[in-house]
Amino acid sequence: MDRIKKFFSTFLLFELLKGMAVTGRYLFKPKITVHFPEEKTPQSPRFRGLHALRRYPNGEERCIACKLCEAVCPAMAITIDSEQRADGTRRTTRYDIDLSKCIFCGFCEESCPVDSIVETRILEYHGEKRGDLIYTKEMLLAIGDRYEDQIAKDREADARYR
Amino acid sequence: MENFEQLFVEIFGGEWGSMLFSLTTNLLFIFAIVVPLLLGVAYLTFAERKIIAYMQVRVGPNRVTFFGIPWLRGWGQPIADAVKAIMKEIIIPTGANKFLFILAPVLTIMPALAAWAVIPFSPELVLADINAGLLYILAMTSMGIYGIIIAGWASNSKYAFLGAMRSAAQVVSYELAMGFALVCVLMMSQSLNLGDIVNGQQGNSMLNWYLIPLFPMFLVYLISGVAETNRAPFDVAEGESEIVAGFHVDYSGMAFTVFFLAEYSNMILVATLTSIMFLGGWLPPLDLAPFNLIPGFIWLLLKIAFVLFFFLWFRATFPRYRYDQIMRLGWKIFIPITLVWIVLLGLIMQLPESMRNSFPLNIWF
Amino acid sequence: MIFQDFLFYFFSAILIVSALGVITVRNPVNSALLLVLAFVTCAGLWLLLEAEFLAIALVLVYVGAVMVLFLFVVMMLDINLDRLREGFWKWFPLGAIISVIMIAEMSAVFMGKHFGLEEMPNPSPQGADYSNTKELGRLLYTEYVYAFELAAVLLLVAMISAIALTLRHREDKKSPNPSKQVKVKKEDRLRIVTMPSEKKE
Repeated sequence: MDRIKKFFSTFLLFELLKGMAVTGRYLFKPKITVHFPEEKTPQSPRFRGLHALRRYPNGEERCIACKLCEAVCPAMAITIDSEQRADGTRRTTRYDIDLSKCIFCGFCEESCPVDSIVETRILEYHGEKRGDLIYTKEMLLAIGDRYEDQIAKDREADARYR
Repeated sequence: MENFEQLFVEIFGGEWGSMLFSLTTNLLFIFAIVVPLLLGVAYLTFAERKIIAYMQVRVGPNRVTFFGIPWLRGWGQPIADAVKAIMKEIIIPTGANKFLFILAPVLTIMPALAAWAVIPFSPELVLADINAGLLYILAMTSMGIYGIIIAGWASNSKYAFLGAMRSAAQVVSYELAMGFALVCVLMMSQSLNLGDIVNGQQGNSMLNWYLIPLFPMFLVYLISGVAETNRAPFDVAEGESEIVAGFHVDYSGMAFTVFFLAEYSNMILVATLTSIMFLGGWLPPLDLAPFNLIPGFIWLLLKIAFVLFFFLWFRATFPRYRYDQIMRLGWKIFIPITLVWIVLLGLIMQLPESMRNSFPLNIWF
Repeated sequence: MIFQDFLFYFFSAILIVSALGVITVRNPVNSALLLVLAFVTCAGLWLLLEAEFLAIALVLVYVGAVMVLFLFVVMMLDINLDRLREGFWKWFPLGAIISVIMIAEMSAVFMGKHFGLEEMPNPSPQGADYSNTKELGRLLYTEYVYAFELAAVLLLVAMISAIALTLRHREDKKSPNPSKQVKVKKEDRLRIVTMPSEKKE
């Protein structure tokens, strides 16, 4: 009896029909795709995206060229040159991040003693030519200036877990 | 029409004039078949991506609009793909046999298009109404394999060669089952002409279609058709997860697109043949007023679309068959089933008329 | 009949060139492909002779199946051309005899006038509704049914003997048996056990 049942279920393609019923049902299910440019998934305050260099509220740049981020960077994406400025403080003359090397681990942010280098929530950036993804100090500072509100708010939200 | 023929005769002389006239009309007819077919192929790829996406709870291509009409989101995708493919460079590998490498895509698409010559779209609309139409189709579909074998060999690559070998063995084995399934159809219709096969299914309703008396053969034909066109779940010739892309790894640009076109036009061909031989071709499902007013051509298209939907559904549902299981299915299951059914059908047809008429509910024999 | 003559010469030219190519081309794969071309053009010639069943059967059987297997084998072979050419003079006399016989037969056909060929007139052309498949079937299954069945049985015997000669059962083979594998059900392999959930200390 069992064998007869098996025989018929094989030849009537019962199992295949069961599989097709599943996919057939899914054809009409609501789709879960996020339509990216119009819709976005929520981001955490800890999101690690494009880098930025921050300034103090008085306009002075935070970075003191301690080179901790350069040392900690596992992908060796950060290059820093430093010099003494006219007022005797130690500042960077060059701060390059090669974003095509960067793995967005966030170690630079963790290592920074003055909260200068941070990772923002920006994930939609691109380069059209070779070298476009090497971000210089000016570019990073510009990003920091532009998104300072958001960056400050994110640090604030995360501060009590640090 | 006759005026044009006169014109040809006047220009080129009697014999050659009428020859050239029929050549021109035939060429125009061929254009009228091939251009919609290729458009159909383009939109079949779109339908495939959309349907499979929907079955996988995604939305599929929805960005490229058609002439900027907002509600046709995604409908420009096949055209964008075609433009991209035309722009791409055709790379010929250094170790490849150049002549055969170029010849292979041509050999693949040629039979895929040539087979359409005998397909009847409606009672009158057929390019070549030949007596041995079904045989011609079998011959043409069996030639499609050369393109794949030659492509695999000429690329001078391991993966391509493996794909070609797999596909050769698979197509040869499934052709047998397919041929036997079609023999059952011929036994029912007593003709090799596709138009006569459809006319043999004429009746009051869809119960007269060969789908019902030959249901196992329908399944065998449909599954062999999937195998014959190297579609999932029988796509071991491509097997992108095992042998990269099988026979067309080394092809790019338009040469690759030609393979693609051939695969999809073969799919449409198999769907058309299924609807002609088992689903009553251009016949309406019920011979009643609202149904039989719709032209037969539309019914045929609907049936083709229905079968094609199944092809896509199969692809979205089933995982790829293992190679030895494919061979087992072809040789040890399908061929015995079809042979038994042929003998059974022959016995029924050889019964005396009075006995056959005494079958309950018999409208087929 | 200008157009038909044109077609005839067109097909014949391709047929002769490709047939010559089969025996002269170095690469065995190319040679096999030229043989395919020869078959297809030959089918075209047969179509001109109104033998559409035979023509299509030629394409279906020889081109679609036999040559595919041929190519399959030829592509797998690692042919050493120098080794092949070694025996040329040894086999030359036999080959020469065969070709002389073939030439004699062909010339007998070509010089049909001297052998009384005109006593066999050309068959009259048939109407458009004439199905050569049906006629062939009728002849095969009525007049020549014994010969046909005999040929079929012969082929079957050949097939079975070929399988019997090459089929070896090896004790140490480890290949899986797909028939057994597909018959396996979930219940045969899988046992669902219920266990009380553990409590965290």
